[in-house]
Amino acid sequence: MCDTASPNKFVQKLDDYIDSLTYKKENLIGVLHYAQEIYGYLPDNVQWHIAQKLDIPSATVYGVVTFYSFFTMIPRGEHVVNVCTGTACFVRGAEKLKGELENQLKIKAGETTTDNLFTLETLRCVGACGLAPVMIVDGKVHGRMNEAQHINEVLAKYRPEI
Amino acid sequence: MDIQLTINDISLKVPEGMSILDAAKTVNIDIPTLCYLKLNEMHYNNNIASCRVCVVEVEGRRNLASSCSTPVASGMIVKTDSLRAIQARRAMVELLLSDHPKSCLTCAKNQDCDLQSLASELGVRHISYEGEESTFEIDKSSFSIVRDPNKCIRCRRCETMCNEVQTVGVYSAVGRGFNTVVKTAFDLPLHETSCTFCGQCIAVCPTGALTELDQVDKVWKALNDPNQFVVVQTAPAVRVALGEEFGLEPGTIVTGKMVGALRRLGFDRVFDTDFAADLTIMEEATELVHRIQHGGRLPLLTSCCPAWVKFFEHQFPDLLDIPSTCKSPHEMLGVLIKSYYAKSLGIDPKTITVVSVMPCVAKKYEAARPELAQGAETADVDIVITTRELARMIREASIHFDHLKDKEFDHPLGESTGAAIIFGATGGVLEAALRTAYEVLTGETLEKVEFEALRGMDGIKEAVIPIAGRDYRIAVIHGLGNARTVLEKIRAGEINYDVIEIMACPGGCIGGGGQPYHHGNMDILAARAAAIYREDRAKPLRKSHENLAIISLYKDYLGEPYGKKAHQLLHTSYTPRKKI
Amino acid sequence: MKLKNTEALNELKAQSLKLIETRRVTDLVTTKNARGLVRHVMVCGGPGCHSSGSPGIAERLEEELNRVGLSEQVKVFQPGCFGFCEKGPMIEIHPDNITYCEVSEDDVTTIVEEHFIQGNLVDHLLFMDPITKERFPTNIPFYDGQLRIALRNVGYIAPENILEYIAADGYQALAKVLFSMTPLDVIDVIKESGLRGRGGAGFPTGLKWEFTRKSPADQRYIICNADEGDPGAFMDRSVLEGDPHSVLEAMIIAGSAIGASEGFIYVRAEYPAAIRRLLIAIAQAREYGLLGKAILGSDFSFDIELKYGAGAFVCGEETALIHSIEGARGEPSVKPPFPAQKGLWGKPTCVNNVETLANIPPIILKGAEWFNAVGTEKSKGTKVFALAGKVNNVGLVEVPMGTTLRQIIFEIGGGIKQRKTFKAAQTGGPSGGCIPTKYLDSPIDYESLTAIGSMMGSGGLIVLDEDDCMVNIAKYFQEFTMDESCGRCTACRVGTKRLYEILTKITEGKGTLEDLENMEKLCHIIKDTALCGLGQSAPNPILSTLKYFREEYLAHIVDKTCPAGVCKSLLKYEITDKCVGCTLCVKKCPMNCISGVTKKRHVIDQERCLKCGACMEQCRVVGAIIRH
Repeated sequence: MCDTASPNKFVQKLDDYIDSLTYKKENLIGVLHYAQEIYGYLPDNVQWHIAQKLDIPSATVYGVVTFYSFFTMIPRGEHVVNVCTGTACFVRGAEKLKGELENQLKIKAGETTTDNLFTLETLRCVGACGLAPVMIVDGKVHGRMNEAQHINEVLAKYRPEI
Repeated sequence: MDIQLTINDISLKVPEGMSILDAAKTVNIDIPTLCYLKLNEMHYNNNIASCRVCVVEVEGRRNLASSCSTPVASGMIVKTDSLRAIQARRAMVELLLSDHPKSCLTCAKNQDCDLQSLASELGVRHISYEGEESTFEIDKSSFSIVRDPNKCIRCRRCETMCNEVQTVGVYSAVGRGFNTVVKTAFDLPLHETSCTFCGQCIAVCPTGALTELDQVDKVWKALNDPNQFVVVQTAPAVRVALGEEFGLEPGTIVTGKMVGALRRLGFDRVFDTDFAADLTIMEEATELVHRIQHGGRLPLLTSCCPAWVKFFEHQFPDLLDIPSTCKSPHEMLGVLIKSYYAKSLGIDPKTITVVSVMPCVAKKYEAARPELAQGAETADVDIVITTRELARMIREASIHFDHLKDKEFDHPLGESTGAAIIFGATGGVLEAALRTAYEVLTGETLEKVEFEALRGMDGIKEAVIPIAGRDYRIAVIHGLGNARTVLEKIRAGEINYDVIEIMACPGGCIGGGGQPYHHGNMDILAARAAAIYREDRAKPLRKSHENLAIISLYKDYLGEPYGKKAHQLLHTSYTPRKKI
Repeated sequence: MKLKNTEALNELKAQSLKLIETRRVTDLVTTKNARGLVRHVMVCGGPGCHSSGSPGIAERLEEELNRVGLSEQVKVFQPGCFGFCEKGPMIEIHPDNITYCEVSEDDVTTIVEEHFIQGNLVDHLLFMDPITKERFPTNIPFYDGQLRIALRNVGYIAPENILEYIAADGYQALAKVLFSMTPLDVIDVIKESGLRGRGGAGFPTGLKWEFTRKSPADQRYIICNADEGDPGAFMDRSVLEGDPHSVLEAMIIAGSAIGASEGFIYVRAEYPAAIRRLLIAIAQAREYGLLGKAILGSDFSFDIELKYGAGAFVCGEETALIHSIEGARGEPSVKPPFPAQKGLWGKPTCVNNVETLANIPPIILKGAEWFNAVGTEKSKGTKVFALAGKVNNVGLVEVPMGTTLRQIIFEIGGGIKQRKTFKAAQTGGPSGGCIPTKYLDSPIDYESLTAIGSMMGSGGLIVLDEDDCMVNIAKYFQEFTMDESCGRCTACRVGTKRLYEILTKITEGKGTLEDLENMEKLCHIIKDTALCGLGQSAPNPILSTLKYFREEYLAHIVDKTCPAGVCKSLLKYEITDKCVGCTLCVKKCPMNCISGVTKKRHVIDQERCLKCGACMEQCRVVGAIIRH
């Protein structure tokens, strides 16, 4: 893995960012946030590159990446659909919403559609409990998602027009 | 300042900062532990309090306290044997067992497993909480270490050893929650990482999650092949540890019985790696003199330890010109068996199988290095087994080890001096080298052959030894973390030495990753080291250059030390490797 | 412009007062007499309103006001959360003191035309009492019984303008601390105030400061724990978004009191708006000399850096949080040593939660007695709750300690949705428990919540009704802690997994009484042995539901039924003789397992039924399809 294509794309940007930091190792999590922002995800070679730049073992970087749910090692689809599974949404039907999304997108939570258009994930409480249950598409919150038809309408907005 | 407390109704005073666990020990109360492991001599301390087995009741506290990590406090009232503590302990073991394979009978660690003994000690008779068990792939990719994460109990001892003591950093806890397990970067097979195969992770693993790659069957196969001439050699540190596997006191020297056992197992010749240790002294000392005389780069670093070699290839690829080019002793002996000795017997080297019995798992990997061979088909050493594997073979063959008669190594590659045996303990290589260097450089006889300054468990030992008008600045290092510290200073130009001995394992080879398990008892290592020096004293010859077989080897076959033929057979080169 | 002393700060405050004085009028001003008046329109920017489009409303308002030529005298602001999320998006108009609820972009033209030009109230946007149908232009009952201390500026000032914060007494407490109090005075005031940690455990804040100050060291740190992870809570987020400077001011005060020159805010990466506001606030505070070297011309220097969380609930635990700031896996470590002794990079560290810090400036300004006059004997001041679930008025509420659950749920919260029956209130999130009807009148404070098997927690308050299955709720929280367990200690890593497995068995109707017994035993053992607070409290949701709703567990195990009708495996849908054979259900069934002749009673094939309930939802004949 590490012998093949080091993360050439954006690598200068990442290196510049790391070089700008006073403290390096201590900022591992900040660096990972930055890298995920520019690459969209954290593949092995990006993690390895960061390990070399910060002079820490790759295993340590991998241990951190796999600990925090915000970090992903799998590229996401064009649009990320999140179902809030906070308690308020849970008691107001988040499970059903998740099931309906899985049904409509034909994927399970954590997966990406074959056309790479949608990734379905779950997250905890976005603070929109008054609108429960909510789904969040690319950061935009859609509330009171109880009806299959509503869900379909929201998703349709993100599908390319044919 | 002493702290007064009460444990199980016994009042005691202990120094401030002491853990409840250690305080209890002072009044002969043992609290069961599992993840906890403190090896002072190695500066190793795994007290992450993860297993929760050592919990005790502390009056006034809402919950139980993990005794390994909770310091004593004034007036503290501790109960280590209350029903609540015992039940909790048992529950922890039950939970661990609920996510652990129940294949104890066929496990490599059967009867040597801390989890197994604990389950027995705590009287666990059934597992109340059955459920899903982790399923991980077993990593048999390397030549040295087998990782079976299914047997991992997340004590993280290996991680502490690899990251903090050895600073290799191959392991990390990965994932979260129930899926957490100790793994390599990106789940890479171990042989694709910077692992040095020192095997110290095996030495501290309480279960069968980390074990050596078992080569016993390969040896049996060779022994039973009528077309193979099977030669065995044993490293210095094996003879002072093997006895432990058969119930003998740590530090018992079993050289004669070991040779006897090897004969009984059917080896055609039983040689001694010590012979090659003497040879190493001849080569390495000459190399040092050569570097000094020709303005070569200093310090010269010893290269007997394959884990150390792999460490500097990964971590200091820019410094590959400073280690000695000498092959490690068993590789030297291997190549000599297949050239010099094969010639003297008149047999085809391809029909010879060389088996090394080593205290080490890195030697298994080393034997597979392609450059340590004469052509693609003739490896210098064919099979490496550890002290533990030899003990298994002896048991498998139903040999009564303690009833064996003492036997002697075969000639000529079984001849050795006291200088060779001390290779097994940290500082031994340089002490041996000094014995020879002194006499060669001064032409005088060295009366006092012991260099006490180089002995003992200090991680970095330094000395300045004047010989023939020149001060030799030398250092002895064991443990890869210590090696890193010194190498980084050398790289930065902050310090300099003429020669440095480096061994990957704390204590040197006596503490190798292939030795009988010490289960945290460092007295065992001390007893092995003492035995090494005892064996040295008992030898009639104690300086490598006095080894008659070595003298004739050079005279009859090799020519000059560090000469052309020696270079071709006894020296090697290094490869820069990536840090992963 | 760096402020060099208190006088400069006061001068700036005097100049800035005009920015907010329009909002200070509290008496209702009739809109008719208010033509030509300078007005402020506050559009709630809280998470809920923001999600339902409040930024678009603000934008439309500005466009429309501009179009009618009122943009000079009517200014639009987007402050933080008003709290009444249920009726969002909300806007408030000052000095009229009128609140409009459930506003949409389509209402903007009407509001501008009617309210600002004609001087009429827009009646249909006023809050209406669901029972009396009475309309409230202001003084909505939701706010009765609330007392805003931590949230005092949230929804009131524009959070991206430091001058508004300064106008609202901002940084006055800091000036007081720097120039007329010693660090020990400050600690004494906080101790006397009785303020306790609002993150959950309720440790006295003053003591924490004192311990940190007393630990000998060359450097100390103050950390603001803004890693709000309770899956049903957004109090801290509202403070950070609505009043970021109050957190900064409190951290600087804490820094001077404990002898720290550096502070960190550990904030969830999932809160981009909060992060943006904090970054703006930090830059502004530096610009005005309120952060950085020689603050307000004093000899005290202090700076603050943001650190981002990355999605790990356990990082709310202070030792885990510290390890995360250090760049490592967020695994907790054994205490002692406490962070106050040995924390960030081995130095004494004080970790305080957002809401705790938001209380500090008013305590310093108004004194310990003012603060400790509010609340109960051992729990002083107020507590912010994120009230959600099956309650009519979902929202953010701040009430004095000692307020009863009944007041919060039935008065402020307006009772249970759809007139269903209250079953339990869940507080303390995954570490808390479910409180049944019989404790509705217990006062809310740290001790009484613990006594009834729950805990204060960070402030999530979820209302459950008759349709909620308590076993399923326990399973929900167990799944959460299982996923969020750091994986370090046996008790939590394996224990929470086993608890979850047993609960799953029970909800699937496969549980036995022996499972129940084992589960209960395991709960107590995990509480006793887990390494950190997360693990030790992980069994709480099970233990509290077992304590108050054991019969529901028994129904699942013994009778193989789910009384609330939630657990699918235990449900059975049947078509009764009331069926008219309309075939609607047949068309809707995803499994095609309903059969029958048109206009005759149909039958569900129980073997193949998924229990999705689609048939029952579709059926138009009451009682034709039943679930049991």
